[in-house]
Amino acid sequence: MREVNAKQIKEKVKELFLDANYCIGEDVLNSIKEASLKETSETGKNVLSMILQNYKVAAEEKIAICQDTGLAILFIKLGQEVHVNGNWEEAINEGVKEAYVEGYLRKSAVTDPVFDRKNTKTNCPAIIYTDIVPGDKIEFLVTPKGFGSENMSRLAMMKPADGPEGIVNFIVETVKIAGPNPCPPTIVGVCVGGTTDQASVTAKKATLRKVGEHNLDPRYADMEKQALEKINNLGIGPAGLGGNTTSLWVNIDYKPTHIAGMPVAVNICCHAARHASGII
Amino acid sequence: MKEVKLITALREEDIRDLRIGDVVYISGIICTSRDMGHLKMIDVTEKSEKLPIDFQGGAIFHAGPVVKKQGDRYEVVVIGPTTSIRMEPYSDFIGGLGVKAIIGKGGMEEGTSEALKKYGMVYLQAPPGCAVVLGEKIKRVKDVFWMELGVPEALWVLEVENFGPLVVGMDSEGNSIYRDIKIKGKKLIEKMF
Repeated sequence: MREVNAKQIKEKVKELFLDANYCIGEDVLNSIKEASLKETSETGKNVLSMILQNYKVAAEEKIAICQDTGLAILFIKLGQEVHVNGNWEEAINEGVKEAYVEGYLRKSAVTDPVFDRKNTKTNCPAIIYTDIVPGDKIEFLVTPKGFGSENMSRLAMMKPADGPEGIVNFIVETVKIAGPNPCPPTIVGVCVGGTTDQASVTAKKATLRKVGEHNLDPRYADMEKQALEKINNLGIGPAGLGGNTTSLWVNIDYKPTHIAGMPVAVNICCHAARHASGII
Repeated sequence: MKEVKLITALREEDIRDLRIGDVVYISGIICTSRDMGHLKMIDVTEKSEKLPIDFQGGAIFHAGPVVKKQGDRYEVVVIGPTTSIRMEPYSDFIGGLGVKAIIGKGGMEEGTSEALKKYGMVYLQAPPGCAVVLGEKIKRVKDVFWMELGVPEALWVLEVENFGPLVVGMDSEGNSIYRDIKIKGKKLIEKMF
């Protein structure tokens, strides 16, 4: 057994949320640079160049890229040879709290969703998904998820007969309905299969796959290409003010499912597609 | 498409002169309000109590800032627009208060379009996810009210200089960039199914 202290976990979580909120990934950065060369709308071009300028200043001055620093979501692979000294969940939440309080990140979490809606003032509780895997490491993938884009996500329980065309159409329709609201150009995460719950979580995780990398299965990669092309023909454009850069990338993942069904979950992520990963 | 610099209090004739696609920079005072802030405004007005600020010629920014407390003063760290459509039900109400500009993202619907025509208001799209560069245009926090709603939902009164670029997304003639794009997209979608 490898011993890991709760304090190490707290520090790592804090470091990753600060990094994710201040620095955009190279893949997104390059994709927006490329898009700004191809964008046909003048307003669209201006929005993209302002987005690039904003990334630059945020990273240089260590300031949040966007005021909506989201709910704190973590995907963790916990090696089964690791023994945690201390409280696992508390350590993660402490790390989130310290990042958001000390790093001047907006605290957006409210307690009761219907009646009180009282701000927890710490951005906790974090949303934690843990997979137990072989080995003695802990791998973290964290993402602050803003709600402009989260609110635009959709789930459909499609029929197996709807096939790839039905799926692509549902994805494009979701982006169309979202319109200007999720802060385009967006990254679209999709999961086909599983159950409602598994599809939703997997779609969210799919938004974190690198922009520029297709699904390894060429049939799914083909659906990704078709969906992206149709999305960028919708004319929504940067900030929703018109143009041909509505999404930067579409990531489709899939899971085994039931003989009677074909769930499709679409999770939209804004252009500020923030995430960071690290290992203890 | 023109570029216009406006100073608050905003004048109705200047606002009525704006058309979709124009770029606007605002100097003077703007204030923030989002879901709970609007409900609070309505609540105060319904109780015939006085609102903490005069909204005549004002600009409401759909936003929840990140702030830093320096001594007894607040400073804005970053600020950017939230999705405006959630505030759709309140456009006529804020028009009645004398607000002349709504700043946000994603545009609004027909109820707002009517209110813009009726009161001589404009809807301005702020660049989304550009919170650092927008934050640099905030010169000072002039005041804050309703902190009991939490920092993002409080009514922040901000002194701004050349706040923008803001694109006129909906004008007082009933035009809307968002409506135009939606109709175009709908036609494409109909072809797909």
